Amino acid sequence: MHVGLMHYLILSALLFCTGLYGVVTRRNAVAILMGIELMLNAANINLVAFNRYVAPTAVGGQIFALVIITLAACEAAVGLALVLAAYRTLETTQVDEINIMKW
Amino acid sequence: MNLANLQADLWSLVPELWLVAVGLLALLADLVIPRGRKAAVGVLAMSGVLMALIPVASMIPWQARTVLFGTYAVDGFAVFFKLIAIVATVLVILSAMDAMGRQAFEGEFYVLLVFTAVGLMMMAASTDLILLALAIEYVSLTSYVLAGFLKANPKSNEAGIKYFLFGASASAVMFYGFSFVYGLAGTTNLAQIAVRLAGAPAPALYLALALMLAGFGFKISMVPFHQWTPDVYEGAPTPVAAFLSVGSKAAGFAVLVRVVVGTFDPARVNWVLLIAVLSAVTMTVGNLLALPQRNIKRMLAYSSIAHAGFILIGVAAFQGNFGMPGLLIYLLGYTFTQLGAFFVATLIGTRLGTDEIPDYAGLAQRAPVSALLMAIFMLSLTGIPPTAVFFGKFYVLAAAIDNGLLWLAVVGIVNSVISLYYYVGVIRAMYVMPAPSSAPLVEPAALQVALGVAGLGTLAIGLYPDPVIALARSAAFLLRM
Repeated sequence: MHVGLMHYLILSALLFCTGLYGVVTRRNAVAILMGIELMLNAANINLVAFNRYVAPTAVGGQIFALVIITLAACEAAVGLALVLAAYRTLETTQVDEINIMKW
Repeated sequence: MNLANLQADLWSLVPELWLVAVGLLALLADLVIPRGRKAAVGVLAMSGVLMALIPVASMIPWQARTVLFGTYAVDGFAVFFKLIAIVATVLVILSAMDAMGRQAFEGEFYVLLVFTAVGLMMMAASTDLILLALAIEYVSLTSYVLAGFLKANPKSNEAGIKYFLFGASASAVMFYGFSFVYGLAGTTNLAQIAVRLAGAPAPALYLALALMLAGFGFKISMVPFHQWTPDVYEGAPTPVAAFLSVGSKAAGFAVLVRVVVGTFDPARVNWVLLIAVLSAVTMTVGNLLALPQRNIKRMLAYSSIAHAGFILIGVAAFQGNFGMPGLLIYLLGYTFTQLGAFFVATLIGTRLGTDEIPDYAGLAQRAPVSALLMAIFMLSLTGIPPTAVFFGKFYVLAAAIDNGLLWLAVVGIVNSVISLYYYVGVIRAMYVMPAPSSAPLVEPAALQVALGVAGLGTLAIGLYPDPVIALARSAAFLLRM
């Protein structure tokens, strides 16, 4: 079977929807963060695939993907720190229990 | 690119490099300055950021160009937003010294504000998708930390988590949109994207635009990406709420204008109608939800949503001589006014320990100058002349009529009238309701200075707007090249 751009786009769309589904349905802050990482990786697949099929002479898409991977790591660091700080005072990581103020 | 070029490029990055140096210096100072004297870090950070005004102001007459391989704009538009970022950071640091002086990690708070200012400047000037993604995410990360800064305070924890989860999701959606823009154009440079998107299929363009609007809309708190705003503003330290409501909102608008107005052809993708509808919905939802609020920070949060809707009029009505200058004037006037209102909230929050509007009763006797300034800020937010926001509203409404969006102008005027109700509620509490005690309020000097500057800015732009109008016009003109 020949693998083309469309296959990558469908894969990334599925990954994006899986991530979005996780973000919307999960109640645990860490699980939501995992959903967000899936969405970021969907963007990465898109970028690398577009780089390969649309602009094969440049490496902009690959660099962009590397930048997003780095950003995802930073985001996880800050996010987990915030979750930890909240866990120390509120003793929960369930977002529906973190509701002193109404959502 | 030869060495001389690189040197010239670095000269146009002086404000950013300077701020990075100030931030690092403040970080070092925080290590050696003992506890209890951390206000010195704040003074250092504040004066350092203030000095960045010199290189930024010297850039005003510069010819518009891009540096560093076309990834970074040096134009009047970027300079205007850099001015807003500097003003907001300086005033917020000044106002925070009293409130944060009682907290742990006081020095790091000022350092984070300085670094966020660098990010705000980069957001306004980036002309490359990769750099734009970096700048937006950079500002987001520091803002999440600032919102959750009070580690022992459950409300601040909650604000940090909510801001982070909403923000990270919005960023992820936006990056997915960026990837489609890259795929359609084959480049990450915004100027080339503008040319190459002309041949792209319209449905794909709509998809990319919608995905990106999630990220931009989150930053400017546009409906339907606004839910985080009241909770984060209420839970975050009040100076942080002030900073977020002007700093990242202004930078968000800069990005929105650069990407949407700059690269999408309204004849192919009808984003003008989309933004106009979103603007009307944002104004109305923000105003209606602000009506029943009793907490001043929640009220200001919903009011900031409503103002985002108003500023969006300037984006929708970008053609002609009023839209873009109107957006810039509005943002500058709104910066001073909104900061001032939040500074009074900081004063009451730290001195009386309350954020409830009924507790503002009798403020006119207990702190007459602050009460008078708060009244001016409330009238300015309503859009009553001669105040700063009035000119912003005047310009964007004129732009709407000029662009044939009469219905949007009507929605805007109706919303202004509605907003009068909840803004006057604050004035009523301060001036009409009896004070529970007549003891005068202790007002810290730094906060008074910040309040004075905010009040001065609000009135100066209202009474003598010509220089700001001229600056905004040239900034908007440069963008069109």
